[in-house]
Amino acid sequence: MPRITKLLIANRGEIARRIARTAREMGIATVGVYADPDAGALFTREVDQAVALTGTSSAETYLHIPKLLEAARRTGAGAIHPGYGFLAESAEFARDVVAAGFTWVGPRPEAIASMGDKLAAKRLVEKAGVPTLPGLEVTAEMTEGILQQAREIGYPLLVKAAGGGGGKGMRIVTSEPDLADAVAAAKREAAAAFGNDTVFVERYIEASRHIEVQVFGDRHGNAVHCFERECSIQRRHQKIIEEAPSPAVDDASRAKLGEAAVAAARAIGYDNAGTVEFLVDEQSRFYFMEMNTRLQVEHPVTEEITGLDLVREQIRVAEGEPLSIRQEDVAINGHAIEARVYAEDPANDFLPVAGRLLAWEPDPALPARFESGVESGALVSPHFDPMLAKVIVRAPTRMEAAMRLANVLERLRVHGITTNRDFLVNVLRHEAFLAGDTTTHFIEKHEPPRQRTVSADEIAEAALAVALTTQQVNRAAARVLQTIPSGWRNNPSALQEMKLARGESTLVARYIRNRDGSFNYAVGEKSGVVQINGFANGALDLAIDGVQRRFALTSHGLQHWVQSTSGEVTFTEIPRFPEPEQQAISGGYTAPMPGRIVAVNVEQGQQVTAGETLIILEAMKMEHRITCSDDGTVGEVRVSTGQQVEAGDVLLIVESTGGGP
Amino acid sequence: METWRTRIDTRSDAFKANREAMLALLAEIDVQLELARAGGGERSIARLRQRGKLMVRERIELLLDPDSPFLELSPLGGYYTDYAVGGGLVTGIGVVSGVECVLAANDPTVLGGAINAISMKKTDRALEISRINRIPYVQFVESAGADLRRSGDDSVEAEMRRTLGHFAESGRFFHDITALSAARIPTMSIVFGSSTAGGAYQPGMSDYNIFIKERSKVFLGGPPLVMMATGEQSNDEELGGAEMHATMSGLADYLAEDELDAIRIARNVIGHYNWRKLGPGPSLPPDEPIYDPEELLGILPPDLRTPVDIREVIARVVDGSRFEEFKPLYGRTLVTGWASVHGYPVGVIGNNGVLFSEESEKATQFIQLCNQVDVPIIFLQNITGYMVGKVYEQGGIVKHGSKMINAVSNSTVPHITVIIGASYGAGNYGMSGKAYDTRFTFTWPTAKIAVMGPKQLAGVMSIVRKASALATGRHFDADEDARLTAAVEDRSEKESLALYATGRVADDGIIDPRDTRTVLGITLSACHNNEVKGAAGYGVFRM
Repeated sequence: MPRITKLLIANRGEIARRIARTAREMGIATVGVYADPDAGALFTREVDQAVALTGTSSAETYLHIPKLLEAARRTGAGAIHPGYGFLAESAEFARDVVAAGFTWVGPRPEAIASMGDKLAAKRLVEKAGVPTLPGLEVTAEMTEGILQQAREIGYPLLVKAAGGGGGKGMRIVTSEPDLADAVAAAKREAAAAFGNDTVFVERYIEASRHIEVQVFGDRHGNAVHCFERECSIQRRHQKIIEEAPSPAVDDASRAKLGEAAVAAARAIGYDNAGTVEFLVDEQSRFYFMEMNTRLQVEHPVTEEITGLDLVREQIRVAEGEPLSIRQEDVAINGHAIEARVYAEDPANDFLPVAGRLLAWEPDPALPARFESGVESGALVSPHFDPMLAKVIVRAPTRMEAAMRLANVLERLRVHGITTNRDFLVNVLRHEAFLAGDTTTHFIEKHEPPRQRTVSADEIAEAALAVALTTQQVNRAAARVLQTIPSGWRNNPSALQEMKLARGESTLVARYIRNRDGSFNYAVGEKSGVVQINGFANGALDLAIDGVQRRFALTSHGLQHWVQSTSGEVTFTEIPRFPEPEQQAISGGYTAPMPGRIVAVNVEQGQQVTAGETLIILEAMKMEHRITCSDDGTVGEVRVSTGQQVEAGDVLLIVESTGGGP
Repeated sequence: METWRTRIDTRSDAFKANREAMLALLAEIDVQLELARAGGGERSIARLRQRGKLMVRERIELLLDPDSPFLELSPLGGYYTDYAVGGGLVTGIGVVSGVECVLAANDPTVLGGAINAISMKKTDRALEISRINRIPYVQFVESAGADLRRSGDDSVEAEMRRTLGHFAESGRFFHDITALSAARIPTMSIVFGSSTAGGAYQPGMSDYNIFIKERSKVFLGGPPLVMMATGEQSNDEELGGAEMHATMSGLADYLAEDELDAIRIARNVIGHYNWRKLGPGPSLPPDEPIYDPEELLGILPPDLRTPVDIREVIARVVDGSRFEEFKPLYGRTLVTGWASVHGYPVGVIGNNGVLFSEESEKATQFIQLCNQVDVPIIFLQNITGYMVGKVYEQGGIVKHGSKMINAVSNSTVPHITVIIGASYGAGNYGMSGKAYDTRFTFTWPTAKIAVMGPKQLAGVMSIVRKASALATGRHFDADEDARLTAAVEDRSEKESLALYATGRVADDGIIDPRDTRTVLGITLSACHNNEVKGAAGYGVFRM
C-alpha cells in the first residue's frame, strides 16, 4: 500500500473538517468536495482544494460516485475518506474507489457489503455466537404467513430498513392493523434514503439501552475494541446525546461486550474502524443490532476517554500499517459526553428548521471540543442533515462532564434559527440522566422540558438587554448629536421605550438616562436602576440593580436573540409604526419548513375530516404529514407532487364546515 | 491646552448652601414644567384621549429618533401672564431620521391650540431659529385659529387702548414659512386636526403636507361662513377633509391612515431631505469635563454680589475641562479663551466682575479673533454692567464699551449666551444679549436681567424724588419714600427674575446648570447646519 499524501474527503460539514484536521496534522494534503448549497461553507475553506460537484441534491453530489472519482482524479488525490453517512457504507463506492486505483480509507468493500444488509449481518454474527433478537423480513404485501410470524415474535415490533441506519425508515408497530402502513412508509423512506427498500421486523424492547462498541481491525489480522459508548438518548430514533463509558456497564459486562464485538469484527475479517451496536435490556442482556462499517458520528467520546485519534488510525490502517495499539494499551480515562446541536424545533416535534445562522459563538471562557460545520452567517440548508455541531466534554466524573457540557451549551451563542440546545441542557441536567437512568425511551418517559423554563425576572432582564443594546447601537449610529446624553430632555415627558413580543405575551421595556449615566428602568413587574458597564462586539455588561451579568444580542430585522450566562431568550420587536399586516388566509395550510411535496392525498372539492392526512412533505429526508385540523371541503390545492416549497407557503385551503378538534 | 485646577471646596458650607438654594429654585421650575406638560388639564386630555388622539408630546416623542435628545425651547413661556404655561405650543430642536429639525407643535388641549400672544412669540422664535441656523422646520398643526377672546373691559375702545396690535401687522409668520422654503430650508406641516381660516395658510405655505384621514380639516371658510358668504350648503369633509385635499385640491401630499401613520410618513419624508449641514462637524475630542457638572449647583451663590470665578463654570462645561486663556493678565474682570464643547471649537467670554475699558478692548479683540478663524462664541454672563464714575467716564468707558458692542453686533459667527447670574444694563448688550442676534440665549435659575440692580434702581428713583422735592420746594415725606423705594425694589426684583424673562419668551428657556454642556452641545450642532463664517467687516471702531 502506498503512503497517502493527498486525501479527498467525500463528505461535508463537521466531519469533513474533522478528517481534514487530522490529515493536516499528518502532513497530508486535503481535497474537499461541495454541492451548490455548500459553496463557500466553512469546510470548503479549510481544505487545500475543494471541487464543485455541481448540483443541489445529495444524489447529484455527495452520493454521485463518478463525480467524486473525477474530483479525486482532477486534484491528484491518492486516497478517499468517505466520512459518515452518504457513501460511507456503500460497498459499491468502496469497490469503485479501489478499482479506480485510489486508496479507500475504510474497511474492505466485502466487509461493508456483509454488514450493509442488516438482515444478513444479523445472521452472520449469530453464527459467531453473538446474541441477537428474533425477527423476520417482510414484503410490501402482508401475507398471513408474515402476520403469523410477526405474532409469534410478539408486538410491539420494530420495522427496520435492511439498508438503513440513523433511524431512517424505522417504525414502531404496536398492533397488527398498523403493520402494513408502517412497512409501506418504511419502504418508501428507505428507498429514498438508501436506494434499498428491503425492510424487516424484530422484537421491540421497550426499556432498552443503546450501547455500542468501537472496534478497530487492520490488514494484519489484529482487532481491538475501544470500549463502549452509550447512545440511548434519542429522539425520532436519532441519537442526540452520547457518552463513554456507559453508566450501565460494569467491568465484567464491559469485557463481555468487547469480546462479542471483536468476535463480530473477526467474523468478517474487519480491517478498519467500525462499531458494533447492541441493545441492552433491563436485565443487562445484550443483543447485536447491527455493525456500522464506518467512523461514527459519536466517535469523539471514545477519542476523549482513550486519547486515540481514530481518524489517524483509519488512515494508517488504510496505508497498510498495523494498528498502533494493542488491546492492553487501550484504557479509559475519565468520562466524556457528546451533545448534538441540531437546527430543529423540539417544541414542534423536533422538526428540522432551515435558515440563516446569525451567530455561532462558543463562550471562550468555557472551553469544550466543538466539532462543528457552521459559523456565524452560515446558511443551514434544507437539503442536508440539520446537525450544526457536536459538543464534547471530558471530565473526571460523569456528573462533572454532564454539568459542564450543560453550561457550555447554555452559553453557546447560537442565534438566528431554532435549535435543540435548550432541550439538550434540560436532558443533561435531568435527575434521571444524572442518575444514569438512560434508556432509548428517556425522552418519552421523563419528558424533559422541550424548552427552557424562563422566569419572569429573566425575561425582563433579557428585554432590558435588548432595549439597551438597541439604545447603544442607536447612539453609536447617530449622525448628529452623537455625544449628547442618550434620550436627553430638558422637559422630560416620557421614557424611551421598546415593545417586545415573546410568544403570546408582550413586554414594554422603558428607560431613562440619569445624570450619572445609569438608567432608571421598568420592564413588566420589574423596575430599578441599571448601569451599562461595558458594550463591545454586541455583548453588553449590565449591572441590574447592582448585579452584573453579560448579555450578548443578535438581531435580525425585528428578531432579537439574547444570550446570557443563564441561556437564551428570544423576542420579536413590535415596531413603533406598525406596517400593514399580511393577511393570514383562513383555512390555509402552510408548509412548516422548506421541502418537497411527496404526496397530495386530496383534490379540490373533496370532503375532508379532522385528522386526515392531506399532504406529505419531505424535508431533510423525513416525511411530515400535513393533517386536517377541521372538517371541511378542500377549496383549493396549490401544490402538486414533486414540487419544492418554502416554509410558510400555502399548500392548500380547506373551507371549514365545523367539527373536528 | 491647559486644564483648569479648581479652587472650589465642595465640602464647604458655602458650597452646600449654594447647592441647596439652587435646588430649591430648580424645584420651583420643575413644578412649572409639570404644569406645562399638563397642557389644558385633565378634562381636555381626557377628551383628546376619547377621540383616540395622542398628546402633543407623545406625537413629538414618536417623531424623534429613538434615544436622540430633544431640546424644548421656552417651555415656560407664558409664566406670569394670563396664558397657560407653555402657551399651548411646544417648540424645540430634535433629530428626525438623522436630521436636526425645529419643531413647532400645537397642544390641542390648551384652548384647542388657539394662537395667542405667547404661542405667536414662540412660533416667531422657532421660525427665526430655523432661518438663522438653516434647520428644516416641522409643524404639527391642530389649532382653533386666533384667540378671539377679550378679557375684562371688552369694549372695543378698551381693547384698542390695551394693545397697539393691528390686523395689518399680523400674519407675518406665513411670510416666514415661505421665506424658509425660498432659503432652501424644507418646511413640513402634519395637520392633526383643524387648521382653518388664516390657519389654512400654515399647510398652504409648507413644502410638504401630511394630512390624516377624517382628522385634518383645512379650509378658508367653514360651512357657516360659506353659507353667509354665498348661500352654498356644504360640510366639513367637502370643504377641507384630508381625502378631498389628497385627491382633489392637491393641498395634501401624503394621506395618512392615522396619527401614527402620519408620523411614520413624516420620518420617511425627512429621511429623504438629503440634508447636508454646511458647517464643519465636531473636530476636537469631545471628552467629558474632568470636574463633575453636578458641582455647578454649588458654585453660584444666591446673592449675586458675592464674586464667582467664571473659570470654575467653564471647567465644568468644556471638553476635558481644557481652557486656553487669552490675555489672562490684562483686563482681568473679563475671562476670554479657547475651548471646545462636544468637539466643537469655541471661544469663551465670561464675566469675572464689572466691565472696565481694558475688559471692553480685550473683548473687542477676542471677538474679532474668533471671527477671523470662524469659531463660535459662548458668552457666560454674570455682569452688573460697565463701570461708572468720573475716572471711568473720563477714561472713555462709553467709547470702549461701544467698541465691544460694535464687535458683538457685527460678529457673524454663532453666539450662544448663557446668563448664569446678573445681566444688568448695557452689560447685557455687550455680552451678546437676546437682542443682539444671538443664536440662542439660556438662563440659569439664578439669572437676573434688568436695566440695573433692583436696589440701585429703587435708590436712584428715591434720590431723584428727593431732588425734585427740594427743587420745587415740596415737602419730602421720608416714610412715604421708604415705602415707595421698597415697593419699587420688590417689583423690579420680581421682574428681573429668570422665570419672569422666560415667561415673556425673552430667552430660549431656563436650564438646569448641570445641563449647560448638553444644551451648548445641542445648540452648537444646530448652528452648524448653517455655514459658520466670521465677519467681513465691523462698524467703525471709535479710537
